[in-house]
Amino acid sequence: MTSQVAATLQKPWLDQAENPFVRIHRVTKKFGDFIAVHDVSIDIYKGELFCLLGGSGCGKSTLLRMLAGFEEPSGGRIEIDGQDMAGFAPYDRPTNMMFQSYALFPHMSVERNVAYGLLREGVSRAEARDRTAEMLKMVQLERFAGRKPHQLSGGQRQRVALARSLVKRPKLLLLDEPLGALDKKLREETQFELIRIQESLGVTFIIVTHDQEEAMTLASRIGVMNDGEIVQVGEPVEIYEYPKSRFVADFVGSVNILEGRVTEDEANFIRLGCPDIGAEIHVGHGFSCTLNQTLWYAIRPEKIRLTRERPEGRHNNAKGVVEEVAYLGNLSIYRVRLDSGRVIRATKANLSRHEDGAITWDDPVWVSWDDTAGVVLSA
Amino acid sequence: MMRRSPFLPLICIAGFVFLYAPIVSLVVFSFNESKLVTVWGGFSTKWYGALFRDPQILGAAWVSLQVAAIAATVAVILGTLAAYVLMRFGRFRSRALLTGMVTAPLVMPEVITGLSLLLLFVAMEQIFGWPAGRGMTTIIIAHTTFAMAYVAVVVQSRLTGMDQSVEEAAMDLGARPVRVFFDITLPIISPALVAGWLLAFTLSLDDLVVASFVTGPGASTLPMVIFSKVRMGVSPDINALATIIIAIVGLGVGLAMWVMVRGRNRDKAVQRTE
Repeated sequence: MTSQVAATLQKPWLDQAENPFVRIHRVTKKFGDFIAVHDVSIDIYKGELFCLLGGSGCGKSTLLRMLAGFEEPSGGRIEIDGQDMAGFAPYDRPTNMMFQSYALFPHMSVERNVAYGLLREGVSRAEARDRTAEMLKMVQLERFAGRKPHQLSGGQRQRVALARSLVKRPKLLLLDEPLGALDKKLREETQFELIRIQESLGVTFIIVTHDQEEAMTLASRIGVMNDGEIVQVGEPVEIYEYPKSRFVADFVGSVNILEGRVTEDEANFIRLGCPDIGAEIHVGHGFSCTLNQTLWYAIRPEKIRLTRERPEGRHNNAKGVVEEVAYLGNLSIYRVRLDSGRVIRATKANLSRHEDGAITWDDPVWVSWDDTAGVVLSA
Repeated sequence: MMRRSPFLPLICIAGFVFLYAPIVSLVVFSFNESKLVTVWGGFSTKWYGALFRDPQILGAAWVSLQVAAIAATVAVILGTLAAYVLMRFGRFRSRALLTGMVTAPLVMPEVITGLSLLLLFVAMEQIFGWPAGRGMTTIIIAHTTFAMAYVAVVVQSRLTGMDQSVEEAAMDLGARPVRVFFDITLPIISPALVAGWLLAFTLSLDDLVVASFVTGPGASTLPMVIFSKVRMGVSPDINALATIIIAIVGLGVGLAMWVMVRGRNRDKAVQRTE
């Protein structure tokens, strides 16, 4: 019981009584005839690190710009901390934004960049200096206070941008592809730093990204967008393991999607006839569907077993030949062409450094999976 | 690398000789001892001395400098406003037309600009009584109108190259639009303003045609004085004067280019490391 309370505290979206901090209600944005954002509703709670995930042109940046006040919604409402934001200009909103290009003021030193927002707020010079120094210390840039942006590296500039957007202690911080310009190693470090800062300051973050790995690492919840619409909102695990549509399953991580027709529909299992693999798929749970209905079965590559011997049972397996192996170090990706002609992706963790008789190119193999490994999708 | 034809440098040299030989000969003859313009009589700077004792030329130079400075300053203000509105007010009706119209004076024949302004000034005087008569004021207004077009083009290209999210960031941090313009936009485009001012200054200093149309008694610019003197025969002190003008104009244009290129290079340096 107590653990459940704790869980609700950490996951305010599960608590019915909790009031959302940011309420996006049926927001639409049109540019002429083009609908950039269509009827989007999301509730975001205090202290969340919410990721808007989607490909380019899906409307995620437009949604962020509407929160910041750079665009007015064509329809719907945005509330922040209980207040309707309609008609509020960017300079009157309790939000700050970190821009994708960082948008540092090129003619000002790092210190003046960070202090700029405080001085506009009417904070005294002495206080502004102290708070700026404190902020620069947090992002470990004290030594660079006097430098101009063009004298900094990409990672340092990114930290200046972060310090500048946090120094006013906004209720809500909006981040547009904050790590896009960093290399992989720096990006991983910065991700954890972002989480640390977010937790220590208790600011609500909304992050826009096209990088699903970044979203998975950072987010308390992810909102997946496509064509201006929110297609699914959920915790990273939910999005990955229980996608609601083929789009989400395919966009987040890699996946094999098999099309099948319902051949048996029971209370605790269903079966799909799947010409793609030349066998039946046995799903170990019920699903509300009708006989002969077309459904899709999405299964992640890491949940597929590769064996030389034929696995037991008549379902959930198929025979094929290894067409390609990609060695990535920590794991290997196999492309197996089934007898039906369909290609299945499977990954295998490289548990030992050298394996005698490891499965390799042109080997005949069996692919198989558990009856709980995949997800049935109707859309 | 492609092999270059041996004729290429030759043609290049011929072209530059064609462009600069007259100017070089003018500069050389400005140091001529002889009173005859085309006969070399040894090196001397006496014509420069004579120049600085000529009250007519000194007066005209003073008029020209005042006109150029005031016209350039007003042109920078108006040209910057025009460029800013055209670049930042989003897409509005007739924006393309206005952009074209701002740059039209660049290609308009000077005779037409001068004549139309003269007609305008005469009409205005009849209707409002201002500007009363023609003189320095009318030259300044006339120079401002065409110099403004040059400034607008220079500033526009700078605004195009500027990352607009910088302005948004300032607004996001609590600065109102006017504040953003003075705190952020203006410093960033300042190289273009300096370049535009220098360009406008030299254009005004150069102009003969427009000034001749709109001037009145008592206000003669330097080019007008030179032109009237030359009509009575070329005297060596004009060579000296021309040399000084070339130096000033050359310096102005060179400085304008340097300021613009430096600004652009700094932008590039920022983008490269990003």
